[in-house]
Amino acid sequence: MTLNRTDIEKIAKLARLELAESEIPRYVGSLSSILAFVGELERADTGNLLPMAHPLAGLAQRLRPDEVRETDHRAEYQSNAPQVEAGLYLVPRVIE
Amino acid sequence: MALQTLTDMAAALRAREFSSVELVTESLARIERSQPALNAFVTVTRDRALADAAEADRQIAAGKTGPLLGVPIAHKDIFCTEGVLTSCGSRMLSNFVSPYDATLVTKLKAAGAVMVGKANMDEFAMGSSNETSFYGPVRNPWDRERVPGGSSGGSAAAVAARLVLGATATDTGGSIRQPAALCGVTGLKPTYGRVSRYGMIAFASSLDQGGMITVSAEDAALMLGCMAGFDPLDSTSVERPVPDYLAGLERGGTARPLAGLRIGLLKEFFDKGLDPELEALIRDALGMYERLGATLREVSLPSLPLSVPTYYVVAPAECSSNLARFDGVRYGHRAANPRDLLDLYQRSRGEGFGSEVKRRIMTGTYVLSAGYYDAYYLKAQKVRQLIAQDFARAFEQVDVLMGPTTPTTAFALGAKTADPITMYLNDIYTIGANLAGLPALSIPCGFAQGLPVGLQAIGSHFDEARLLNLAHVYQRETDWHLRTPPEWPV
Repeated sequence: MTLNRTDIEKIAKLARLELAESEIPRYVGSLSSILAFVGELERADTGNLLPMAHPLAGLAQRLRPDEVRETDHRAEYQSNAPQVEAGLYLVPRVIE
Repeated sequence: MALQTLTDMAAALRAREFSSVELVTESLARIERSQPALNAFVTVTRDRALADAAEADRQIAAGKTGPLLGVPIAHKDIFCTEGVLTSCGSRMLSNFVSPYDATLVTKLKAAGAVMVGKANMDEFAMGSSNETSFYGPVRNPWDRERVPGGSSGGSAAAVAARLVLGATATDTGGSIRQPAALCGVTGLKPTYGRVSRYGMIAFASSLDQGGMITVSAEDAALMLGCMAGFDPLDSTSVERPVPDYLAGLERGGTARPLAGLRIGLLKEFFDKGLDPELEALIRDALGMYERLGATLREVSLPSLPLSVPTYYVVAPAECSSNLARFDGVRYGHRAANPRDLLDLYQRSRGEGFGSEVKRRIMTGTYVLSAGYYDAYYLKAQKVRQLIAQDFARAFEQVDVLMGPTTPTTAFALGAKTADPITMYLNDIYTIGANLAGLPALSIPCGFAQGLPVGLQAIGSHFDEARLLNLAHVYQRETDWHLRTPPEWPV
């Protein structure tokens, strides 16, 4: 699998990553070689095996009762935010 | 420091031969002296460490006890620590002061441990050489022109240089065992789900597991006992009692303490690519195991050579999803003067992440995208099943699998940064255990050209006690783990 510049630009857009002009050729090369490397998997005979999403077979994800457990930490959490006002997170205008 | 291990240190504190303030002061001084040479730390929490040490001394004076009461340790900077910078080695989080403690941090605090700082690491734990850190590379204490391994390179270098005698670490594809091997220290990756992932910044959630780097297996047993256990805050944490790992260590004087232990030699690990000098040291160590009573037999896991390509689909896929949360809105790096919301996302992420993290996010985005999901991601999950089944079959015949931890000793800084595949292949022997969720450790077993070599043991699920005991028995017979690098600056 060889990727080109357009592929990299499309993937970067899907991943919401702005790439510098100088980065693009590097990623064209390295992502192409990674895909060639993992392409080896195609040859593995996996028959009817089920895909493995969790390393401990038979352990189901636990559910917890839907109860309020957290207390309000808004001020504390917002102390890490880049821009807040009146307890709200600020972002550029989305709706005109 | 005459105290060689955490176990020695805890005993000396209990006997009041040293105070916690003395030990913490010494640790802080060593960190400070080492920092220009090794760069093992991102943050040193001096004031808080001294205050906590003074409190530990008051508790000791009042007759209180705790397995690690007053003992200085370091946390890998992937673990959230309340009120302290938690950077994960990234520019993205270079302004993030965590509002809470990871469960593992809470548990070690409850055991009495005193945090002296946050250890440097590869950015978001993605790397095998500690060269991807936003805070600069860590250097190997045995040879400062060489890498310490990664991603827990700061933790491994800190213990190797005896800045602290124990540090937390994480292992997604070898990030505890590989740096432990390259730095000549002991590292244990527990079974997936054994140690809570709450507050441990996620890289690949079906593979990530917290553990530790220490001088000895006995110290690893001591720390694991404090760290392991069910946590309702981690939905994949396993509800299962924690055995007394220290009580499981052989204390008697029998000549063949490992009689009956069946060791499988992983054929695929000795096939090719392994440095012959390392192979000779590994075979010497296996000879020692035979003398200690174990039996050896070769075991083949035919799908094991597929573990690196499997990992480089599964891990980037999970990483691209986990790292989607860094959007420049609620915390972390934000680009200046965004034109609109999309620009805010793209530039904040483009500036905040380093090149290896971006590479993995894009690889993951690609293998999960429409048209490629089945061919890459689903296929890799099936091969993962194949690898897990190979391990399960092997454990029907043997109790533990052994082989090298790494194909070579520590390599030169910059030697493998140009080609990502060359770098990824460093983890060729460690990734299998992560894919199957198995516990595995690395212990020092000698030196090649003056550089440490690690012996790896992989156990079946939740068999940490057996792994720790067989490492402990080996360490009673050898002193590789007690060797220390030359002091710096020299």
